[in-house]
Amino acid sequence: MTSSAHALASVLAVESDPGGGFVSPSIAEFYPPALAEFSIAGLDFSITRITVISWIATAAILAFMVLATRKPTLVPRKSQWLMESGYGLVRDNIGRDVIGPQYKPFVPFLGALFFFILANNAMSIIPFFQISPMSKFALPLVLALLVYILYNAVAIKNKGLGGYLKEVAVPQGVPGPFLLLVTPIELLQVFIIRPFTLAVRLFANLFAGHMLLVVFSLGTVYLLGKFGENFSFVFAPFSFLMALFMTFFEVLVIVLQAYVFVVLTATYLNGAVEKAH
Amino acid sequence: MTVFAAEEQNPLLPPVGEIIVGLITFAILAFVVIKYVFPVIEKTFQERRNAIEGGMERAEAAQAEAKAALEQYRAQLAEARTEAAQIRDAARAEGQQILEELRTQAQEESARITARGEEQLAASRQQVVNELRGQIGSMAVSLAGRVVGESLEDDARRRGTVDRFLDELDGMAASTSSQAPTGGSTVYVPEGNR
Repeated sequence: MTSSAHALASVLAVESDPGGGFVSPSIAEFYPPALAEFSIAGLDFSITRITVISWIATAAILAFMVLATRKPTLVPRKSQWLMESGYGLVRDNIGRDVIGPQYKPFVPFLGALFFFILANNAMSIIPFFQISPMSKFALPLVLALLVYILYNAVAIKNKGLGGYLKEVAVPQGVPGPFLLLVTPIELLQVFIIRPFTLAVRLFANLFAGHMLLVVFSLGTVYLLGKFGENFSFVFAPFSFLMALFMTFFEVLVIVLQAYVFVVLTATYLNGAVEKAH
Repeated sequence: MTVFAAEEQNPLLPPVGEIIVGLITFAILAFVVIKYVFPVIEKTFQERRNAIEGGMERAEAAQAEAKAALEQYRAQLAEARTEAAQIRDAARAEGQQILEELRTQAQEESARITARGEEQLAASRQQVVNELRGQIGSMAVSLAGRVVGESLEDDARRRGTVDRFLDELDGMAASTSSQAPTGGSTVYVPEGNR
């Protein structure tokens, strides 16, 4: 530790607790102990609580969607209305408005993506779960790869491999010499960076959100534990308020990141469906 | 570290401190959402529901109204038909009546005309008879005067004689028609025997 870090740490570390004071949560947060471990074809799988949370979230949203739409009525019930509102958002505001006239076949995928991400994100603030499966890189990465395969396949189907590559590598209206610069960037962007940023955006938001919540939650408890030892317990309410604030902020992140992921997917599909102009 | 660090970490649960703070913050979040957010959503939900139900009710009402109008139209049509039939019947009856009246009138008229004709006929016959009576009398008297040579100038006597003669004729006609055998009374009695 540097001396400044030492000084900062000593604010929390007090004389009565020479062990080092508050231990901030580390990356280990996202690697809880395995409940079961096995390997298939040389690949190690471990079922952790995060895996279980993902199952629960998926099962819950699945059950909700099935129950909400089982007996549809023209005048919707409350759950059906909620479902219809969510689906309407994906169908009209994302699918139709972003993809364009050929949006219809993609709506089920976008809807499934939206509700799956939303349910998994929501686990970050629900008590006893309190961590989103999306805060582990694997799940967003898989979703991003699915999207990557989908938009490339759709583009190749619509424009042919050559046409697609040409459209990406040689954007219209770019003067010749600039292609030297633009072509590598475009190729890199469409084929490598896009899926990566798509996954990272979702993962990082949930990861950071969880870290903040854990820091301020454990901080509150830690500071309260200092009651009667020193004055630092008076900061506990502030830590708690921060945890509260971050919980509200997390709600925004939960909905917004699900929305953004689907909107970007729709944008990529739009590029794959539409002719270059 | 904290008091919780001593416990064995449950692999299924996050740290206890995190659970406690998480529960509290989530409870506050839920409270805020239930108190301030859901009522708004509920309102829009109800509004939409009411709009749909209202629309459906309006449509139903419109349909019912249309149906009622159709029923009314049909009823009116039926009523009009019956009325027309009634009017037709009435007209026919009236026509019959008028015809009947006309017939009666015509019959009465014809009867009256016949009666008047008969009356006139009778009157003219009577006139003719009277005239004939006078003429025949005078002719017969002048003829008889010429034949007998006796001038029957006396009017009164002459009329008496003629009348008597005619009465006898009438009497004779009546007795012959009634076939009453009166013996010699029907035989002409010459004036000289009186």
